[in-house]
Amino acid sequence: MSAVEVTAAELGLCSCHVCALVSRPVPGGGPSHCSRCGSTLHSRKPASVTRSWAFLIAAYILYIPANFMIMMSTGSLVSFRSDTILSGVVYLWVTGFWAIAIIVFIASIMIPILKLIAITLLLVSVQRNSTWRPEQRTKLYRLVELVGRWSMLDIFVVTLLAALVQMQSLAIVKAGPAAVAFGAVVVLTMLSALYFDPRLIWDPLHKERKL
Amino acid sequence: MPDTHLPIIACHECDLLQREILLRKGDFATCSRCGSVLYRNLPESLDRTLAFSLAAAVMFLLANTFPIFGIELQGNRMAMNLVEAVHSVWNQEMKLIALLVLITTVLIPAFEIIMMIYLLMSLKFQRMPPGANLILRMLQSVKPWGMVEIFMLGVLVSLVKLSHDFIIIPGVAIWSFGLLTVLIAAVAASFNPRDIWINVERETGREVSG
Ligand SMILES: [Zn+2]
Repeated sequence: MSAVEVTAAELGLCSCHVCALVSRPVPGGGPSHCSRCGSTLHSRKPASVTRSWAFLIAAYILYIPANFMIMMSTGSLVSFRSDTILSGVVYLWVTGFWAIAIIVFIASIMIPILKLIAITLLLVSVQRNSTWRPEQRTKLYRLVELVGRWSMLDIFVVTLLAALVQMQSLAIVKAGPAAVAFGAVVVLTMLSALYFDPRLIWDPLHKERKL
Repeated sequence: MPDTHLPIIACHECDLLQREILLRKGDFATCSRCGSVLYRNLPESLDRTLAFSLAAAVMFLLANTFPIFGIELQGNRMAMNLVEAVHSVWNQEMKLIALLVLITTVLIPAFEIIMMIYLLMSLKFQRMPPGANLILRMLQSVKPWGMVEIFMLGVLVSLVKLSHDFIIIPGVAIWSFGLLTVLIAAVAASFNPRDIWINVERETGREVSG
């Protein structure tokens, strides 16, 4: 790290999260507001780690019913089956819908697992004041923000199928309890990522320099 | 060359202080430490974003009026638009799912399009509209929750799944949703809130550099 690298926080400055104006908060500890756009100024997202953990733990808990309960039941005159997320993907694969099976596998299984692991890793590393590969960890955070939303795919598919097929006398599709749990997991992990402040990844580098 | 007349900004992902540089049209500046995009210089950003937003409004109305697609099995036909589908799932006692879908595919995109048009129309007539600060703040916070592009992929996945057991009749809204997806992406790519803040600076005559 070269000596010229200074953060806004080190100089007691605050960058507005809405309009990006850098200004000095009013001393005295009360809430300060951006002089240009009026947003409340925070040097770091308030209670970032605590809030991020809270949403993440809730997501971990709901991840269990999301994967073990029934996501979707489909029935017709000749057959009836109930699928979890995983068995649904397997069924798509064995019935020959390979492309769809891969898309649903990525959106419903791979992304949620990787997202839970990634946010856990980010939070633990920040709490331990780690100085390990900050650039890579920032990239990981960006990736989580970018792809996390795509897990909502299955919720839209279940909605469309359940809505369209329910009126047919010969066939029925019903969303199971796992759909609600899975929707909650997606929302909770998104909230967890939104409350995480990537600047915390870089702060230990500056603390170390001062010592 | 660093120009001392240009303002100092802090990276939003690593908090590094750095002096702005002048950009050519179409370029963007990245953080020298973590590589995140700091700001962009987009040509005719306001006009382009307004044009895309107006087109998106028309597409949004079409996409929510006409059926997405219909299915047919032994003479039974069923076709629905998005709001009817949400209503149907609501009636099947999946109220949370229905709400989630309604918010992410109808309410938030509608809010984004209306606010964008209101904001840019006012700026076109050279004034900051009342509540502009609040609107920009809200647009920023609802952005991750608008999911038209993911819904579009969901429509395609459902189509393939249903084609196994049913005859599919594509509706007008399937094309409208496709175009809406493209237009919303175009709005996001051309909108540069920085231009609006520069306008605010100019109007209030406040000094930028600190
Ligand atoms: Zn940076």
